Amino acid sequence: MDKITGSEALMRALKNEGVDTIFGYPGGAIMPVYNALYDYTRGENKAFEHILVRHEQAATHAAEGYARVSGKVGVTLVTSGPGVMNTITGIADAMMDSTPIVVIAGQVGVNVLGTDAFQEVDLVGVSQPISKWSYQIRRPEDVAWAVSRAFYIASSGRPGPVVLDFAKNAQTGMCEYEPVKVDFIRSYIPYPDLNMDAVKAAAELINNAKKPIALVGQGVELGNAQEELKAFLEKADIPAGRTLMGLSALPSNHPLNMGMLGMHGSYSVNHKEQECDVLIAIGMRFSDRVTGDISRYAKQAKVIHLDIDPSEIDKNVKTTVAVVADCKVSLPALTEAVNEADHTEWKESFQPLRQEEIEHVITPATKPTSGPLLMGEVAHDVAKATNSESILVTDVGQNQLMSARYFKYHKSRSIVTSGGMGTMGYGLPAAMGACYGAPERTVCCFMGDGGLQMSIQEFGTIMENRIPVKMVLLNNNYLGNVRQWQDMFFGKRRSFTPMCNPDFKGIAEAYNISYRSVEEREDLADAIQEMLNTDGPFLLECAIKPDANVEPMTAPGMAVDEMMLNVEC
Amino acid sequence: MEENKLYTIQVFTENIVGILNQITAVFTRRQINIESLNVSPSSIKGVHKYTITAYSTEETMNKVVKQIEKKIDVVKAHYYLNDDLFLVEVALFKLSTPLVMAHPEISRAIRHANARITEVNETFCIVALEGTTEHILDLFYEINKVKDCILQFTRSGRIAVTRSCQEEVSRFLHERGEEI
Ligand SMILES: Cc1ncc(C[n+]2csc(CCOP(=O)(O)OP(=O)(O)O)c2C)c(N)n1
Ligand SMILES: [Mg+2]
Repeated sequence: MDKITGSEALMRALKNEGVDTIFGYPGGAIMPVYNALYDYTRGENKAFEHILVRHEQAATHAAEGYARVSGKVGVTLVTSGPGVMNTITGIADAMMDSTPIVVIAGQVGVNVLGTDAFQEVDLVGVSQPISKWSYQIRRPEDVAWAVSRAFYIASSGRPGPVVLDFAKNAQTGMCEYEPVKVDFIRSYIPYPDLNMDAVKAAAELINNAKKPIALVGQGVELGNAQEELKAFLEKADIPAGRTLMGLSALPSNHPLNMGMLGMHGSYSVNHKEQECDVLIAIGMRFSDRVTGDISRYAKQAKVIHLDIDPSEIDKNVKTTVAVVADCKVSLPALTEAVNEADHTEWKESFQPLRQEEIEHVITPATKPTSGPLLMGEVAHDVAKATNSESILVTDVGQNQLMSARYFKYHKSRSIVTSGGMGTMGYGLPAAMGACYGAPERTVCCFMGDGGLQMSIQEFGTIMENRIPVKMVLLNNNYLGNVRQWQDMFFGKRRSFTPMCNPDFKGIAEAYNISYRSVEEREDLADAIQEMLNTDGPFLLECAIKPDANVEPMTAPGMAVDEMMLNVEC
Repeated sequence: MEENKLYTIQVFTENIVGILNQITAVFTRRQINIESLNVSPSSIKGVHKYTITAYSTEETMNKVVKQIEKKIDVVKAHYYLNDDLFLVEVALFKLSTPLVMAHPEISRAIRHANARITEVNETFCIVALEGTTEHILDLFYEINKVKDCILQFTRSGRIAVTRSCQEEVSRFLHERGEEI
């Protein structure tokens, strides 16, 4: 058999895994790979699109965005030392949010490992605690196996980030190449067998429930079980709340959708969690942002937890019945086992609280008639202008919570946000990745003035590739979310939250990105249309009321039913 | 609040570098002190066995074991109380020979504890003892009554086998093996 370099083996292995897009940045220790990549990114043999980002952190976030909208594994390629250290935030972010990415990094040759060689870092040591699997490739003949194992681990079961630390001698050394497909690891059980006794026990609880409530998480989307979820909820007539990460797992306009869970979620769902008799958690992990004071969370309820990851069971909330399996399998089994039910009265009992929220929070936030622009109305209007069919990518902060609250999701895989990590700077690169992961869809990226500036260098990537991301800058000239907490809990002492911002128009122009700003409410609809009608990237800067707060809110340490409709500062 | 007890955690893993870090990190994140740790090959080829002791509650142990098992190359993890196990520790004492000669109660204590003297010369002697932690500590305190007699002292981590017949991991591996 002909011998090839380890770098060439990597190209073939990636192709073998069906990779079409790579987000990367070259450097010394990964140069042999970039040399092999040259032939794979042009001409007749072109296999991959390689997107040169402007900072490696953006490469991981872009890979995350790509993965979240496509369901495929996102790929990042970087050099050793500083290159891969810049990806660490993205790896941790992907771990928290169960996002399948594979980060391939150069490493110094094995002969100098451990000697503090130039740009050497103990990558496996650094990344192990924040990745699903981290492995050092030391020989070219291990490339095919390691790459396939990496993709298998990243994408199977509960997905997550995998790191491959690719030593330089393995990149340049020669090996024979045979395609490998890893789909079994004896110590790893990505899809636990469904226990039918657990299903029966869960069904019995549900059949006897008078006031059941379902909590829907991203697991439903990761398991591709959106239809199975609907069938289950509809048969047993169970009202549902969705987590931030699971917002598009159940369409916004579904009659059983009662709103978002958590600190800034729906007023009715947060109260009803404290009143339900059976709580059915589906592919969600009872994050503290969802439960509030956990010692007072849903104590009256029997808890059924459907999750693919056994370590989530009883981690935060003690369950009555655990159904450990892929929800693609467990949901149909449960649907089969439950009786048709009618919970009209219970569902209707959500309405008064819902009305209160509409009156005191939603209408004022989305349909104000005077005063400066509000985040809620921009999100609401953009969603409407895209028929609720576009993908929402958010940064972190008030812009995230408000756009997530007021966007509408009629298609699945429509929200890309940093939920567990809350990583500022995530939005813009994740939106770039989303454009590659779902090229047929409109991608709207909502950002704050703080978060945009954490990734603003990516304007370069957007310029170079004409990435058609619709960027909405909600500019309140504040690190708004922190400012809100300072106002509420720190005596209005606004310690380092006012922002001295640049001329964003000038920056957009310098990068040849179409730009428009809106200050007046009457211009908003037209500006949104212009953004959507313009081919290619567009930055829409909205001058937002500087001291508006995200409402409703469960203050830290409070129980979910102590949620405030309007916050007092 | 559940009370803290001494648990023994056994972890079976593939023989791959870097696993120890991953296991101890689970304890560190939860602020659990590892009392002792022993690593050795198991009776199954290619499978390593970690025996760890720590004070904790059953509820926490449950979570810890599941989080350890979640690591890709960890095959199985279990926790036990002392009653579930045959367990032993080994201690080595290096004692001053002149002080041992001068204090006959030390030799008596060594004999009484069933410890073995494995080496003697005119400056020091080596005493080996296997048994439970308490058993070993009893002898330590007894000898330590004579000031400066103990020149060096070391205790191994606990090693243990379960009361079940085979390694509990063998059935699991057998089932998994058939899938290949
Ligand atoms: C990398 C990072 N640093 C700091 C924070 C803490 N933080 C959370 S929200 C926020 C303010 C964000 O300000 P901006 O981007 O302007 O958004 P706004 O809340 O004003 O919409 C900060 C600093 C974070 N989440 N991530
Ligand atoms: Mg801001």
